Amino acid sequence: MAAKRSVIPFGPQHPVLPEPIHIDLVTEDEKVVEAIPSIGFVHRGLEQLVTKKDFGEMVYVAERICGICSFGHGYGYVKTIEHIMGIEPTDRARYIRTMLFELSRMHSHILWLGLMADAFGFESLFMETWKIREKILDMLEAATGGRVIFSIMRIGGLRKDVPDDVMKGFLPELDKVVEGIKACEAAFLSDPAVLGRLKGVGYISKEDAIALGCEGPFLRASGVEHDNRMRGYAAYGDMDFKIITSDEGDSYGRCYVRIHEIYESASIVRQCIEKMPQEGIYVPIKGFPNGEHMTVIEQPRGGACYYVHASGKKFIERMRVRTPTFANIPALAKTLQGCDVADVPILVVTIDPCISCTER
Amino acid sequence: MTFANFTKTELKNLFRKPATDKYPNGPASLKESTRGHVSNNMDACVLCSVCQMRCPTGAITVDRKAQTWTIRPFSCIQCRRCVDNCPKKSLSMQKEYTEPDQIKKEQVFDLSDRQKEVLAEQARQAAERAKAALEAGKKKSSE
Amino acid sequence: MLDGLEIVELTGLLNNIKAVKTDGFSLMQICATKIDESYEILYTFGKGYDIRNLKTVVREGEHVPSITDMFEAAYLYENEIHDLFGIAVDGINHDYKGTLYRTAEETPFR
Repeated sequence: MAAKRSVIPFGPQHPVLPEPIHIDLVTEDEKVVEAIPSIGFVHRGLEQLVTKKDFGEMVYVAERICGICSFGHGYGYVKTIEHIMGIEPTDRARYIRTMLFELSRMHSHILWLGLMADAFGFESLFMETWKIREKILDMLEAATGGRVIFSIMRIGGLRKDVPDDVMKGFLPELDKVVEGIKACEAAFLSDPAVLGRLKGVGYISKEDAIALGCEGPFLRASGVEHDNRMRGYAAYGDMDFKIITSDEGDSYGRCYVRIHEIYESASIVRQCIEKMPQEGIYVPIKGFPNGEHMTVIEQPRGGACYYVHASGKKFIERMRVRTPTFANIPALAKTLQGCDVADVPILVVTIDPCISCTER
Repeated sequence: MTFANFTKTELKNLFRKPATDKYPNGPASLKESTRGHVSNNMDACVLCSVCQMRCPTGAITVDRKAQTWTIRPFSCIQCRRCVDNCPKKSLSMQKEYTEPDQIKKEQVFDLSDRQKEVLAEQARQAAERAKAALEAGKKKSSE
Repeated sequence: MLDGLEIVELTGLLNNIKAVKTDGFSLMQICATKIDESYEILYTFGKGYDIRNLKTVVREGEHVPSITDMFEAAYLYENEIHDLFGIAVDGINHDYKGTLYRTAEETPFR
């Protein structure tokens, strides 16, 4: 006898979700047969605000698209405008941007580890990872003055220089962070109870990951070697780092990729501080942007596209941000098909959903 | 030893002091560069309203008639743009965070008496100069 | 200034996209821009680190064909364009009929 189908609404309020997303789960007994996502609960129309704010002020708005990827959004917008206006930022500005970008990648990944630990019910691991994350937030606060919204970006460079002695002070702190994550890694990647919740959950093959347009650690966990940092923007061209991939394709693989990316990021931050050039941080700008351009950068959650269409006026006609979570939703809907209802929270967390980014 | 993976960290944490600050009951650990709230030194302010023009959220109002400088802390996003653009360096970024409140109140700064006199004196001198220039112009045209 | 930009007619859109797919590209994004009374739709495709862009112009009232039979994941972008700009897209595999963005205003970017 065929099981009766029923629809379970998941979200917008759910203990595992820090932000509102709604998914209708069509289930047969305990199995999910279809998942229908629906967003729009935090749609603020920030893309449209670009037609009402002057393009220099828009940097602050772009940063506020999301609290966790704030630096990346500010950077993506500024980089696009700089390309249109033909501005080349100074070396020191490029290096400081790279350093801050990697620090925000680290804090985003550690935040995700905590949320994941919370999703599979390991409270003390959740607390421990967030305690480590606090060290990175302190570093960011010492460098920029803000903990999550940095307000340091500016078209043409940076608004504020980071003193060399402050940056030198980051090096011992970074060692402590890496040491702390090493202790947590043992719990994430070899604890049998944790493995039971992660191994084989939400498998997606390499072919599917490419066809469905996955991004970031979600894509790399399926064995695809793709990282937009390899395009060499900012100072990534001068840095020595490798792309972390995993062939597992499941939640365990995603956990592995993110943990090892934290180590790579720490190494990039160290390289930036050691090679930091000494010169100005700001190139003055003239006139208004005219033209269109699309920039692709690697956010903590994956590749993000920034499209700006300007027509030589104070206000820009259109800004479009394609965030990694948006690209990952089709793959999420696919992995949810055929999973157990009990695994849904882990699967939703596993793509590192950032709903504020997705809806802008 | 897979079961003891995290036990060591947990046991250590059991005997450690709390990792958090007791804010607001105790002081928060703030950095030198923390952006908390904007303050204005009314001994130096000349009410030029550059800050009002630069503020991306329109949180600052300068009233020249009443000689006041007003900020709405609930609109302020602590971006430091007004502080960086202040020509007299009278604005400064303080480390302490804005205090929570039940209503979205405004914070009004009155110009100090000394600064009021300075501005009045400057205005008088400017008026005199303008008058002198006007008379000089009249003389020239009549010649 | 866009990488590999090609401007195509709406009628030849599907054939062009088919050619891009044959070259092994996958979909990166679709976005719409309102220019005066018409809309520009930009399709971005990526293969490794290569990017190709296709742009087409849609006038008020014209329908856009869906590309979901070639790129499965395109449904999200097409629903987004429909919900925010009010551009009708024909033949989406998962047509949410305006429920992807549950905004107070029906088509806020129109």
